[in-house]
Amino acid sequence: MAQTIFHPAASRGKADLGWLKSNHTFSFGNYYNPERMGFGALRVLNDDTVEGGEGFGEHPHDNMEIISIPLKGGLKHHDSMENVAVIIDGDIQVMSAGTGIFHEEHNEDEQADVQFLQIWVYPNVLNVEPRYDQLTLNKNDRHNKLQQILSPDPNDAGVWIYQNAWFNLGNFDKGFTIDYSLKAKGNGVYVFVIDGTVEINGQVLNTRDGFGIWETDNFAINILAGAELLLMEVPMTF
Amino acid sequence: MKELEILIVGKHPDIMKTILRLINNKPGWKGSGVFTMDETLTLSKTTAFHVVLLGAGLSESESGQIKAHFTVPVVQHYGGGSGLLYAEIYEAVGS
Repeated sequence: MAQTIFHPAASRGKADLGWLKSNHTFSFGNYYNPERMGFGALRVLNDDTVEGGEGFGEHPHDNMEIISIPLKGGLKHHDSMENVAVIIDGDIQVMSAGTGIFHEEHNEDEQADVQFLQIWVYPNVLNVEPRYDQLTLNKNDRHNKLQQILSPDPNDAGVWIYQNAWFNLGNFDKGFTIDYSLKAKGNGVYVFVIDGTVEINGQVLNTRDGFGIWETDNFAINILAGAELLLMEVPMTF
Repeated sequence: MKELEILIVGKHPDIMKTILRLINNKPGWKGSGVFTMDETLTLSKTTAFHVVLLGAGLSESESGQIKAHFTVPVVQHYGGGSGLLYAEIYEAVGS
């Protein structure tokens, strides 16, 4: 029987640094909740808003797959491999931190906020050479269907990471039903409602709610009100 | 109150610097950083660490030796300023 966990939006940890407002689905920074240490290999899901002209100063990472998905505005990235890039709504960025990387990220706009999801996944191999990639997605390819934006395979759709994980985005009209079949045995799926209202396994989810489901081969998502969804399939043990 | 003694083992000097700064800025925490197995074993004779953090660049064999050597929790730290540092330490020491 499928196992599930529901994380209402309001239950997330909060950080307000003035220039940064963040909601942490899982323990992060000063938010520590032993019940919220991740979902399988998914360790971080931060819903960040950065004020105009502000950003994260240079800081290091290692041995983590870091994915950024802008929802509004543009985020400028600069790292120790000399990658300089701006990602905007419709793009996806990935960094394999491996043996160690320093980077900084700033809101490209001096006035308007930038909103983005910051997602960290434990890698399935340690100490790889750090790498950076970004991709512009065609948002039209996710209307009433799932658009794969990440996989473990460099030759598959979307960006890739060092983990047996698949991410999908989709924009769905009311009344639509999504039937999701998991790609790998032992994986689970964490559904994050970017916007809208859906129902999974009898649980109604609203904007920014999260829902994890595992020990199942497939499940259905019923769209109760027009919804934008992010589905993250990850190994539950790694 | 007794300080929480934290040993960081890793190969990346700049990340080590950041991790040590973050840990030593936290009241009640004291960080010591080493880069080699020899340093790890030597320091463990003179300091009773409460938790050991493994950083990037350690081989599987080195990580295995460190885990076998210590009876206290040994965990990955994933880089400094990473947002995970404090939570992973709290989780390791059970507070």
